[in-house]
Amino acid sequence: MAIQAKELTKDYQYGFSDIDVSVFRTAKGLSPEVVASISKHKDEPEWMLKFRLKALDHFRKRPMPTWGADLSGLDFENIYYYVKPVEEMSRSWDDVPDSIKNTFDRLGIPQAERQFLAGVSAQYDSEVVYHSIREDLEKQGVLFSDCDTGLREHEELFRKYFGTVIPPNDNKFAALNSAVWSGGSFVYVPKGVKVDIPLQAYFRINSDNMGQFERTLIIADEGSSVHYIEGCTAPNYSSDSLHSAVVELIAHKGAKIRYTTIQNWSDNVYNLVTKRAIANEDATVEWIDGNLGSKVTMKYPSVYLMGERAHAEVMSAAFAGDGQHQDAGSKAIHVAPNTTSNIVSRSISKGTGRTSYRGHIKVLPKAHNVKVSVRCDALLLDEESRSDTYPYMDIENPDVTIGHEASVSKVGEDQIFYLTSRGISEMDATALIVNGFFEPFVKELPMEYAVELNRLLALSMEGSIG
Amino acid sequence: MTAAVLSVKALHATVEGKEILKGVDLEIPQGEVHALMGPNGSGKSTLAYTLMGHPKYVVTGGSATFGGEDLLPLTADARARLGLFLCFQYPTAIPGVTTVNFLRAALRAQGKEMPAREFLNRLSAEMQELKIDESFRSRYINDGFSGGEKKRMEILQLAMLRPKLAILDETDSGLDVDALRTVADGVMRLCGPDMGVLVITHYPRILEHLHPDRVHVLHDGRVVTSGGPDLARQIEREGYEPILGTAVAATA
Repeated sequence: MAIQAKELTKDYQYGFSDIDVSVFRTAKGLSPEVVASISKHKDEPEWMLKFRLKALDHFRKRPMPTWGADLSGLDFENIYYYVKPVEEMSRSWDDVPDSIKNTFDRLGIPQAERQFLAGVSAQYDSEVVYHSIREDLEKQGVLFSDCDTGLREHEELFRKYFGTVIPPNDNKFAALNSAVWSGGSFVYVPKGVKVDIPLQAYFRINSDNMGQFERTLIIADEGSSVHYIEGCTAPNYSSDSLHSAVVELIAHKGAKIRYTTIQNWSDNVYNLVTKRAIANEDATVEWIDGNLGSKVTMKYPSVYLMGERAHAEVMSAAFAGDGQHQDAGSKAIHVAPNTTSNIVSRSISKGTGRTSYRGHIKVLPKAHNVKVSVRCDALLLDEESRSDTYPYMDIENPDVTIGHEASVSKVGEDQIFYLTSRGISEMDATALIVNGFFEPFVKELPMEYAVELNRLLALSMEGSIG
Repeated sequence: MTAAVLSVKALHATVEGKEILKGVDLEIPQGEVHALMGPNGSGKSTLAYTLMGHPKYVVTGGSATFGGEDLLPLTADARARLGLFLCFQYPTAIPGVTTVNFLRAALRAQGKEMPAREFLNRLSAEMQELKIDESFRSRYINDGFSGGEKKRMEILQLAMLRPKLAILDETDSGLDVDALRTVADGVMRLCGPDMGVLVITHYPRILEHLHPDRVHVLHDGRVVTSGGPDLARQIEREGYEPILGTAVAATA
């Protein structure tokens, strides 16, 4: 039984790979020529080519960050920076190639879900292959497309916001993304429009050594609201993969954006993502961020509270299995008075897995009456598991209320005994405790995601006993 | 005479290398209520944990069978599935796991699963009997419960799981008079030919509600004397000293 369970975890569930249907890809490695050829292939305007080349320059000048996880296994020269799987964007599901449909089927994206979901933007390699927007959303003026289309069809709007929240020189990986970005989502919600069904995007890496550099830009105009969901799983490959996304959110006055992510990368992926939001007056931004899998994840969803009474909510969960390092956390930068932020982090380390909470709270001199609450809890499943907390606080205004609580606990012998004394097996008891620990996060998820997460957790837990 | 459901012979056990049980003999026939009394530190709770199979309690000698099956090689969950139940003195909180989910998981594990509607109806009825508020259904098990609430939750589990033998480990401690009555009434309602009880206590008060068939006194890791309900009354009147004095003298 124990052997069987171990084999299950080794045999990564989504570790299948379809026949490579790519029709265009750049040479391995990174150079101005590669960047120019991406831009040319996409038929981009001159300003975007310049933006990319300048970003490449920033990327080359910046040293590798040394303050976080171990990135020494990354080889930038051994990565394809752009792969295009199909010639044309598919508007209708019928046009999607069968092998790609098979991949979606095996990922278990329910057919029925598409009927009522606002739009499905499923990224396959670097390009969006399937994309539909329900008519009523179009009538409301909501734009939802892949980012390349956003640039092509709404250049003025796109250019106004693109790279304004996360400039190319922000950090080494934002610079890399800015140089070679492809795909991702572009969302614009007009004034006063409340999108009442979540917008969803599924994507997955599907080419050996293929870097995935998607770029997402979401703008919620005054008084509007939108919930965007991305979930992804990756196939397992023997050589290392790099995922380095940039996500920019802009919530205008009184707007609300919720951004939900569940990521389950295979254990060879470097997942280095920059996510940042701007919350203007009376706006609310919520990041719901779940990280499973990957070799290394570094991700710190941030909110800049620029207008009075803006509110930030960050709820994150991380699971680090054997050999994995989840270095995650959150940042809240309080620029305006009367702003509030609430950060909740839960992490689990199993075997030699390691989780780190890295947070930054900054309150600027003019931001009085700020309220901050940070709570991070870590659960260790084994003797060798590890968890660290790095909370940075930078408070320049005395008129603040800050609550910070942190805890590290182990699955207690007494908890296991209590549950087993009711007839529950030790393995099920551990799974109950683990699921319970993530419960505050899971209850924020839409039903189908909650089910999927519990399933993934159960899979990650197999073989942890005996 | 009814066959013993629990039969303990010359049981020795250590905790962290220290011998606490030094040859316990105990027989509980099916469906009877027995009381195990004794002063602090006599090994009462150790016996409860050892019988339930806590990994920290190591059996070093003797035997224990339940319904004719050897308990000692079994893990705690296997013992529970045979029909043994321990009412904890200090129940553990499991944050994030609701009462409903916990009970369903336990019933499923014991092969006592029932349709959702039936389960919820039974749960409601049992909660009413024990004066537990409906809101506790979706609360996390023992998380932030008061001492009394935890004890009631233990009895609720007992009522839902219906074991063959329930060991109550100082269930009366920390309860006020009303809570004690509710808990004792709950146990009395459940015990009968299908469910026996071993009540561990050092106060005779709960025994006024539970009417034990037999009373055993544990001292220094051994059962030193056993008797009828009169023994509990004698302890209430005179304390342990006269009994232990003669018992210790008798074994010396």
